[in-house]
Amino acid sequence: MTDSKYFTTTKKGEIFELKAELNSDKKEKKKEAVKKVIASMTVGKDVSALFPDVVNCMQTDNLELKKLVYLYLMNYAKSQPDMAIMAVNTFVKDCEDLNPLIRALAVRTMGCIRVDKITEYLCEPLRKCLKDEDPYVRKTAAVCVAKLHDINAQLVEDQGFLDTLKDLISDSNPMVVANAVAALSEIAESHPNSNLLDLNPQTINKLLTALNECTEWGQIFILDCLANYSPRDDRESQSICERVTPRLSHANSAVVLSAVKVLMKFMEMLPKDLDYYGTLLKKLAPPLVTLLSAEPELQYVALRNINLIVQRRPEILKHEMKVFFVKYNDPIYVKLEKLDIMIRLASQANIAQVLAELKEYATEVDVDFVRKAVRAIGRCAIKVEQSAERCVSTLLDLIQTKVNYVVQEAIVVIKDIFRKYPNKYESVIATLCEHLESLDEPEARAAMIWIVGEYAERIDNADELLESFLEGFHDESTQVQLQLLTAIVKLFLKKPTETQELVQQVLSLATQDSDNPDLRDRGYIYWRLLSTDPVAAKEVVLAEKPLISEETDLIEPTLLEELICHIGTLASVYHKPPSAFVEGSRGVQHKRLTSSAGSGESVESPDTGSAAVSEAPPTVIPSQGDLLGDLLNLDLTPPTSTGPPPTTAPGMQLGAMDLLGGGLDSLIGDESEPPPIPLRTDTPQSPQPPHQSPSPPHYSPTEVAPGNHTGSLGGDIGGSPAMGTGFGAPPAAMPASFNAPISGGLDDLFDLGGGGGLTMGTYIPPKSVWLPAMKAKGLEISGTFVRRSGVIQMEMTLNNKAMSVMSDFAIQFNRNSFGLAPAGPLQILTPISPNQSIEAALPLSTVGPVMKMEPLNNLQVAVKNNIDVFYFSCQYPISMLFLEDGKMERQVFLATWKDIPNENESQFQIKDCHLNSDAASNKLQGSNIFTIAKRTVEGQDMLYQSMKLTNGIWVLAELRVQAGNPNYTISLKCRAPEVSQCVFQNYETVLKN
Amino acid sequence: MIHSLFLINHAGDIFLEKHWKSVISRSVCDYFFEAKEKAVEPENVPPVLQTPHHYLISIYRDKLFFLSVVQTEVPPLFVIEFLHRVADTIQDYFGECSESLINDNVVTVYELLEEMLDNGFPLATESNVLKEMIRPPTILRSVVNTLTGSSNVGDKLPTGQLSSIPWRRAGVKYTNNEAYFDVIEEIDAIVDKSGMTVFAEIQGVIEASVRLTGMPDLSMTFMNPSLLDDVSFHPCVRFKRWESERALSFIPPDGNFTLMNYHVSSQNLVTIPVYVKQNICFFETGPCGRLDITIGPKQTMGKTVEALMVTIHMPKAVLSANLTATQGNYTYDLATKVLVWDIGKLNPQKLPNLRGSLSLQSGAPKPEDNPSLNIDLKIQQVAISGLKVSRLEMNGEKYKPFKGVKYLTKAGNFQVRT
Repeated sequence: MTDSKYFTTTKKGEIFELKAELNSDKKEKKKEAVKKVIASMTVGKDVSALFPDVVNCMQTDNLELKKLVYLYLMNYAKSQPDMAIMAVNTFVKDCEDLNPLIRALAVRTMGCIRVDKITEYLCEPLRKCLKDEDPYVRKTAAVCVAKLHDINAQLVEDQGFLDTLKDLISDSNPMVVANAVAALSEIAESHPNSNLLDLNPQTINKLLTALNECTEWGQIFILDCLANYSPRDDRESQSICERVTPRLSHANSAVVLSAVKVLMKFMEMLPKDLDYYGTLLKKLAPPLVTLLSAEPELQYVALRNINLIVQRRPEILKHEMKVFFVKYNDPIYVKLEKLDIMIRLASQANIAQVLAELKEYATEVDVDFVRKAVRAIGRCAIKVEQSAERCVSTLLDLIQTKVNYVVQEAIVVIKDIFRKYPNKYESVIATLCEHLESLDEPEARAAMIWIVGEYAERIDNADELLESFLEGFHDESTQVQLQLLTAIVKLFLKKPTETQELVQQVLSLATQDSDNPDLRDRGYIYWRLLSTDPVAAKEVVLAEKPLISEETDLIEPTLLEELICHIGTLASVYHKPPSAFVEGSRGVQHKRLTSSAGSGESVESPDTGSAAVSEAPPTVIPSQGDLLGDLLNLDLTPPTSTGPPPTTAPGMQLGAMDLLGGGLDSLIGDESEPPPIPLRTDTPQSPQPPHQSPSPPHYSPTEVAPGNHTGSLGGDIGGSPAMGTGFGAPPAAMPASFNAPISGGLDDLFDLGGGGGLTMGTYIPPKSVWLPAMKAKGLEISGTFVRRSGVIQMEMTLNNKAMSVMSDFAIQFNRNSFGLAPAGPLQILTPISPNQSIEAALPLSTVGPVMKMEPLNNLQVAVKNNIDVFYFSCQYPISMLFLEDGKMERQVFLATWKDIPNENESQFQIKDCHLNSDAASNKLQGSNIFTIAKRTVEGQDMLYQSMKLTNGIWVLAELRVQAGNPNYTISLKCRAPEVSQCVFQNYETVLKN
Repeated sequence: MIHSLFLINHAGDIFLEKHWKSVISRSVCDYFFEAKEKAVEPENVPPVLQTPHHYLISIYRDKLFFLSVVQTEVPPLFVIEFLHRVADTIQDYFGECSESLINDNVVTVYELLEEMLDNGFPLATESNVLKEMIRPPTILRSVVNTLTGSSNVGDKLPTGQLSSIPWRRAGVKYTNNEAYFDVIEEIDAIVDKSGMTVFAEIQGVIEASVRLTGMPDLSMTFMNPSLLDDVSFHPCVRFKRWESERALSFIPPDGNFTLMNYHVSSQNLVTIPVYVKQNICFFETGPCGRLDITIGPKQTMGKTVEALMVTIHMPKAVLSANLTATQGNYTYDLATKVLVWDIGKLNPQKLPNLRGSLSLQSGAPKPEDNPSLNIDLKIQQVAISGLKVSRLEMNGEKYKPFKGVKYLTKAGNFQVRT
């Protein structure tokens, strides 16, 4: 007799029949009926109509029947909440039962019934069960708290269940401890800032004791929890490592990997010269190797993690190359991962073996795998210099196989090899050229064309080869077209006499017959370059290219560190930061490896990565920005369809171009080489002759760097009367429609000068475009932040570039690091008509809700108007938050400096600053950075400075200025070291402007 | 933690679903079906899939997909291990893990799943413990149950559940006390076409079948424990004793269990028991090719190689094979393009040989990929690594048990490239 009989009644009156059976007097019949009901339920049939009848069977001594009814209840209570109440009494009674199994079952089932009315009744029984004498009941109750939290978090907090749960960490039974940890971890995930798992040496000790005795699953929970702890010193680190190491020999691979995570993290704390450190390294390899003999799914997860481990600590597996060799019956996802790790482990010592393997793989069946194997050979060549020659000859062997996709991949990677080792392997070009015909994939074609262009002088028939591609120019993909254009220009520069016709042909194809703006732009740049200054063109196009290196495919170090702290998680499988993850992990805290002070490895300060970005804000000088707009606008009018679409700025496109390595590399380096110029000359209808362009014709890249340029503007504004005229020039070059915004901007600048609220020399960052018009249906917002007599103002220029009137403006901020919030509504009283711009100043307060942002000075803003709501984010200079009373008493300064621990100190360099210490001090004072004392030691001026943030955080600084040395050193000390990076940037901007 | 489980058959039908938290619509599996479609072979479906709101973690076993849905960050290995445990348990209860057996026992499976996981947290996964709570169905028991009205579900707290030795139940009694151990080694190797070993390692396992009364405390020592590169143990093994004395000391679970897994890696010399001389080639002209394979003994430690079998995955273009085997039979499956040569015992005096011609689809180009040979074999009474148990002792109980250790060497993933 099997359960399949339960499926056999599919007649019409099935439900009716079951109903009758459920109400039968015979126990056995009842049970059979419930089983039928459950069977229907498992296959997704709706049997909710039987709810009352099934619940009636609940009061029984028969445990199996009871469990079956519970199963049913859990499934359907949600859809029948009123009926579910009928079951409450039985639950409450069962929670008092003499049999602990029944007590546990009742509390467990109640937690699974996700009905509010039931959860109210759950609290009392749950409280009792959490203190039950039987550990089986306690451990079940611990999990129940997590369930309840999922349904009603507030209730759990109000009832104090969290504290009871925390107490259970000290329970005498290891399983109870493990479940309490599991429940707390799950709850903590939705409460990022709570101190639920407040780990201290005592709790750690309890966890380590429980670790040895609990089940495998409990061990995983405990290990994952341990990984969040930061040991106080290397001794503690070592002792934890010692107690965790035995877990490496567990049969459950999840336990092993969690243990590896704990060890990888805590190892950072150990001094490298310690014997134990070496022992530990050795112990890590065998279990990782063993993971690879498990089921393929386990192998996959293990391999993704090993990939991280190998990048962080290659020494662990450097002798284990062979275990990553691919077997032909490995699933494809395992094969690809193994291949990746093989390349990471490749070194001079094992490269011969690796190459032999890779060559073997290149003859396999699976196309994806074969392609990756061929690419891998190229990566080996780039990684292990000594092997490059061998790799090239292996690739040549593969090309001889004439298998189409192998040949194409090989050519793509050979191009990379050329870029890494220029002028070394050109002898193979002839062989490559033989296969020109068979290349049908764009990437391979582009690579081949690049090679021909790059080495045109050594290929006799380079012009013929390239010409043959030119025939079908318009059918090629953009990638190939761009590459072909560059290659022919290169060829022309190398052999100008024979190829003039060719280059003209390609330039006209690119500029006149193409709809692709990227291609047209590149075409015009070359055209202009070649026609104005062929020597410069040669320097630009044939410039030396930066070498490529293997680092390109490594994970960025800060991300890697974070991922190492999350070994074994989904994040580690996807190699993405946990914050970018599943919905449940709201606001995961960023974890970083903390290294021991004595170790030579420096760990980057957590904010550097993101802060570096804010250092170069996307500021566009007002004049230049408008100039671009101006040009774009002009291009719309001429009949020749030469202009790029108005939505994209030429400069941007250059940056975004695919640089397969063509001569354009060097062009990109100075992308400010004003691309508008060729455009202008090519558009004779342009109302402004090019030489009137406000941008000086001989702009060198550095001169155009937005920061510098605007800096001098800002600096001058205060006093120079010449300013007005100097600035008057740009609007003159503007078409009428653009006068409004520019003069508006100027008015604003003059306002600043005359406003009087400014201390002399205060640095105000130039307005930058926060919200481009194309992203906000025509509304463009640019702005800046100012601090005036202690009031922070957000000054904005709202520019209506749409065709309709805009009105009903309102503004709102997202929560941010320092609680910035609008102090009043946005005062824009009149609607903005098309092409009009309006100035608005919004006073800000710092009493709004606080949330840490990344970077710290990031502000997310929502602006509403009659059209829609738009969002943008901008970064404010932290000096806006420096209070006027930020000057500390000398004595207090000294004491505070000493008081703040040394690890909170961060040191930065400010380069190329030519102020003397007094001038610097004055300048900084303007931004409420106060100099408290100055000391001169051996020709070096030391300025001691303080500043106070609106939220009461003090930042202390020591600025070292050496006469004649343009590099300043600055040390910052603060109780909240997160702000140091921002403060430093502020120093830099203030001092340099 | 684990939110839901779907069991999906080869054809892509969901035939069982279980939710431990709120119910997740089965439409979430559509993402999986999409990936399955893309992977072509079921073995190649990636085990971790990302969907907009969930993660799908799956395993493929016995032609079934076990697909779990998770919503929060959870260690994927944990989920995969658990899924394998579910499959193991089903196999353990019903003898085989198949759709029809699961359907036949659907209520028991459902009860088991409920017992194994609570709110996504594993509750009871030890087969010993589970069997105490939910008895596996047997014909005898279902007859008894119908007669006496008793049930399949235990009403006592599983005793092992909370003691410090959760794997063993109390009050075990046998009239015949016996403890048998099987040392089984599998050779994983890749041999290249010239006969050189590219890679070789041994995966060893000690399977135990222990039926002993009371609370026996066993200890097992080896002649040469230093052979082992990496070991992993059943939770019952005391790790400290292993660290200090290289002895396995444990209170065993009742019944069958895996005592230890070990790994002898390529750093040590792994012996390859047979050699293969092969020549498979396809001619440039004409739709045919030749095949010639001979197998001979290499290092067999004086024992006979049995159950020798060669499996070759032929290139797609191979239509048929016309071969002669000096020993055993061969079959060529046209649909899967797999050639199997079942040899049996290897006679060192008369080496088995398979030779003949392969015919290709006419007009098809010469195959680009070389087929690989997979070798299966067995050698009784020897562990190829040389591992030997020296003593097995029992403390804590007075009686004298029957003891025994058997050795077996098998080919694991043993490939010969051509």
